[in-house]
Amino acid sequence: MKSMLRTARTIASKDLRIELRSRVVTNQVIPFAALVMILFAFALDSDAVLERVAPGLVWLATIFSVLFIVARSFALETADGALEALRAAGVDPMGIFLGKTLALATQLIALEAVLVGASVVLYRADVSASGGVLLVTTSVLATVGLASVGTLYGGLAAGAKGRETLLPLLLLPVVAPVLIGATRATESAFGTNGIDVSEGWPWLGLLAVFAVLFSVVGTVAFGPLVDD
Amino acid sequence: MTTRVARDRVTGTPFTRGLGIVTIAGIVWLVIFGLFVTPADVNQGETVRIMYAHVPGAWLAYLAFIVTALSSAMYLWRRTRSLTWDRIAGASAEIGVLFMGISLVTGSLWGRLTWGTFWTWDARLTTTAFLFVTYIGYLAVRNLGGTHHQRARRSAVLALLAVLEIPLVHFSVEIWNSLHQEASVAGNTDVTMDGLMLFTLFLGVIVFTLMYVWMLLHRQRALTLEDMLDDTGLDRALAARRAEAGVS
Repeated sequence: MKSMLRTARTIASKDLRIELRSRVVTNQVIPFAALVMILFAFALDSDAVLERVAPGLVWLATIFSVLFIVARSFALETADGALEALRAAGVDPMGIFLGKTLALATQLIALEAVLVGASVVLYRADVSASGGVLLVTTSVLATVGLASVGTLYGGLAAGAKGRETLLPLLLLPVVAPVLIGATRATESAFGTNGIDVSEGWPWLGLLAVFAVLFSVVGTVAFGPLVDD
Repeated sequence: MTTRVARDRVTGTPFTRGLGIVTIAGIVWLVIFGLFVTPADVNQGETVRIMYAHVPGAWLAYLAFIVTALSSAMYLWRRTRSLTWDRIAGASAEIGVLFMGISLVTGSLWGRLTWGTFWTWDARLTTTAFLFVTYIGYLAVRNLGGTHHQRARRSAVLALLAVLEIPLVHFSVEIWNSLHQEASVAGNTDVTMDGLMLFTLFLGVIVFTLMYVWMLLHRQRALTLEDMLDDTGLDRALAARRAEAGVS
């Protein structure tokens, strides 16, 4: 258990250090997500509509970006056969899963902060203090879920031919509950359509179930999936 | 010599031939009953006949996906680990995707005629669409390559993940839907059915199930042959080329 957590910490810090030095997420994925937010505005073309759908757009942009971050996360592992080397060296797959999930989650939180900021600026979203608490909790729970599922399916698709197109096909149906739950909770946090903040909290139940379920299942199933 | 081997390795047996004949006879019976013998519905008119293909199709898809999940579990369980379970899982998922597709198409056609819309965001419909996409992804993963056991383990884990995912998707769509939709059109079907119509529906389910078993047996054997070809095909081709070179 202790060694598993130590592995997780090592893997996570390795991934984050690579990100700090290469800045792929900060310089490419986050600008991409911001661009998506702007393109939504072109497509929907009305302030009133944008204001109403802003919460959904934030999470849609997040989920699209997850695809890229996951692909990036596993490109690092497959480029030089790093994942196989880790497995051959007897590194605990549970530790690898937790470490990669942690690194992914950290990057996602940064991304979500930018996107919420963008929706305040671009879509006139309005966050009160109590809404802010709800929003932060929503982001944390949704992120744990997205990062676990992303790591699990990313590991499955890693190294396969055509993984760029396979990953969205596998991942997008699975994350539908997160999109639903996080969007509704964010609607209350933004006060969209006059929805009260308190109405958002029940949706966190769904996000919590998803996060717990997939982080546990991911920890167990990741080993057999990458153990080739 | 190779041609004789090829001729020997067919996927039919006396049992599947018998089953096939029974299935085809059943389909003919179903078509006659479904299109001609049963009356038109009081409310739905002639469109009710779509049901005789739609309902059994949906039933079959669910059955197929359950079989996929069970045989995946059988593969993962050490004591019953065998590539046969993996091939049954794969064959069943293929048939399931096919019939889920048929069921979605017939369902939306019926919906257009009866409700005036191809699609509603009803939980059952949405979950079905998700199932369809999920198993298309499953089939894509089966084609990723690697050794047979790699393929088997990867897809078995994925099939079990799908079992986990689908109820969660269904549940979340249901609560999402409860906020959005006024009255679900799908709820208005609590009409009593004519006995003959009910019988035809039942017949459809039986006939489709027979068809499923028939297709599953053949497909599973075809997959076995494909795997054998993978295993021995290269060796055989090499041997043949060597023989050619030796002769000339």
